[in-house]
Amino acid sequence: MTKGIEKLALRQISRRAAILGLAGTAGVLSMPWIARAQAETIRIGFPTPLTGPFAAEANDQVRSAQLAVKLANDKGGIAGRKVELLVRDDKLNAGEAATRTLELIEKDKVHAVVGALSSAVQLAVNEVTRARNMLYISISQSDTINEIKDFSPYTFHEALNPTMTTAVVAKHTFKKGSKVVYLVADYAYGHEMLRGFKRAAKEIGAETVGEILHPFGAADYSTFIPTILSLKPDILCICNFGRDQANSIKQAVDFGVKDMMKIVVPVLLHNQRLAVDPEVFEGVVGGANYYWGLEATVPFAKAFNDAFRAMYKGAIPTDYGAYGYTGVASLLMAIEKVGGTEPQKVIAALETLKYDVAKGEQSYRKCDHQSVQSVLVLESKAKSAMKSDADLFKIIANEPASEGVLRSCSELGFKS
Amino acid sequence: MTVQLIAMQLFSGLALGAVLIMVALGLSIIFGMLGIVNFAHGALFMVGAYAGLYVAGLTGSFWWALVLAPVLIGLFGMLIERFLIRPLYGRSPDDPLLLTFGLGYVLVEAVRILFGTDGIPFSTPAALRGVVNLGIGFFPLYRLFVIGVVCTVLLLLWIGLEKTKFGLIVRAGSADPLIMRVLGVDISKLWLVVFGIGVGITALGGVLAAPMRNVSPEMGTLVLAEAFVVTVIGGMGSLAGAVVAGLIVGVAVSMTSLFAPEMATIVMFALMALILLVRPNGLYGRAAPGL
Repeated sequence: MTKGIEKLALRQISRRAAILGLAGTAGVLSMPWIARAQAETIRIGFPTPLTGPFAAEANDQVRSAQLAVKLANDKGGIAGRKVELLVRDDKLNAGEAATRTLELIEKDKVHAVVGALSSAVQLAVNEVTRARNMLYISISQSDTINEIKDFSPYTFHEALNPTMTTAVVAKHTFKKGSKVVYLVADYAYGHEMLRGFKRAAKEIGAETVGEILHPFGAADYSTFIPTILSLKPDILCICNFGRDQANSIKQAVDFGVKDMMKIVVPVLLHNQRLAVDPEVFEGVVGGANYYWGLEATVPFAKAFNDAFRAMYKGAIPTDYGAYGYTGVASLLMAIEKVGGTEPQKVIAALETLKYDVAKGEQSYRKCDHQSVQSVLVLESKAKSAMKSDADLFKIIANEPASEGVLRSCSELGFKS
Repeated sequence: MTVQLIAMQLFSGLALGAVLIMVALGLSIIFGMLGIVNFAHGALFMVGAYAGLYVAGLTGSFWWALVLAPVLIGLFGMLIERFLIRPLYGRSPDDPLLLTFGLGYVLVEAVRILFGTDGIPFSTPAALRGVVNLGIGFFPLYRLFVIGVVCTVLLLLWIGLEKTKFGLIVRAGSADPLIMRVLGVDISKLWLVVFGIGVGITALGGVLAAPMRNVSPEMGTLVLAEAFVVTVIGGMGSLAGAVVAGLIVGVAVSMTSLFAPEMATIVMFALMALILLVRPNGLYGRAAPGL
């Protein structure tokens, strides 16, 4: 009995302590100026799918973004302020991404958001940042985000978009009269890439002989291949991402597809190439925003690679990883230019910014805030042609930055 | 759409069915004999693939990986049974289910820490590369090999269960453990071995799948779903059911791929729902023990 009373008393005390503790925390929360008083750090929120099928690409994005932040802090910060990156796992889920972004804005009081990988998740983040007038640099491919219905004056699109990627890849792979079969992941990314390729094919005069949609994240592609073979195309264009890319190409190659047709992909992924043997990807052609081999010709690529190697024990940056760097770097350049994080001023600065941080000159188009930039076309090397483990691709073309491969402002619904 | 294409599609479906049987077999054995719903099945499949990768890396031979990895992971499975699952016998069937569910997460995270989150290449062994002309079209030699292995495993299992004294005891034990104990059979030893065999076969599935599906920490997630579909359609715990269900699902997926490819994954689940409506215990199922 006495034991029971003791327990009760203890519980009461602990409850009182808890309430006190809570009150204390609430006090700090309701007085944010206490936390913010010391030389306002510039906080950048970074939601990205650290877990799930795009984890490899997401982790590279984080590493590159952290490099951009480190370089800024090493030279004394931006406008005299330290920079901090707040990374959150969005689990490749739109709801999760929206929640994490909201937390970053409301609780962590970030000054800007950079990140999200996968078009649907990116659009969810865009919804949140748009509603709260929050700066957002998106770093994943999407056509929708350029269109007027999803436009936010606070959003800038650092990644390539499907229209420009496919236009350039098709230019270097499709020919007049080529017969093309598309194997397409059945979600926004696949659909947008397909639309882009077909638009380019029409202009070139290539013929679409088949479109096969496969479920997102499929493990087995063997049942799609007999149809592909029976259509006898010149080109098999595989529009999917992450592990789907490695799995589908590997299984197609097992069926001897490469002996009968050329495999073209919108984006040739560094990490997925590493996930299989060189023979599997050998000869596969695809686009890219960045490849470390650019360092032979582009001085800023060399500087970026060297800084990355120094920070990560000799590792090299990858395609999607580089978006983390260019996205954060362009944002910081604009903040530095205006000497603060006041959104309207940063927007004005971003709109006129010319930046070259890794891959040649880039600038954000005024109407849709799309980054106008070079597009690479890569071909996966044979094992015998590789000079090192990282020597994966041959650069077939480095198509210079041009608005010509983008949809026009009026096509997207903008008035100007 | 030619007859040839449809024939080829049918064959791809049966071949996929063989892969699905392989994927589901371990789950089916452990449920059928022990009544345990092993939610760590997908994770153990993945661990099997990594073990295969490791052994192949050490020995430089796929064949050693194919033999040793299932044995190693089977032994690991026996440890799981002895120290984690055995204390839960006689309690509600939810307990081992929750335990294995958590164990699955632990295994995936452990592999992420040890081997990283990126996928790792697993080459098709040189002797099994290339395609074979079946008369109706070309088919990868490796997939034909997988069909051969699955048939062999099924045959061995059948002989083991139906033609040996051990099999007789196992079947009796799963039918009435209490009577077996009264008769003086050490049932816990039996279950240890059966669990080990089930996990070993799961790991074998992982090694076989590795050259087709690439190796990554998440490779087991979809496998768990596939295995459940096959096991539930066949009837929980029925070996013959798993075989028939695997083939039916494979052909259903393949035919859907031909006519409505974007539905190729969902068709498995639709089929499962349909069959459960007509036969609540699956095709060959009896009412599940203890449920």
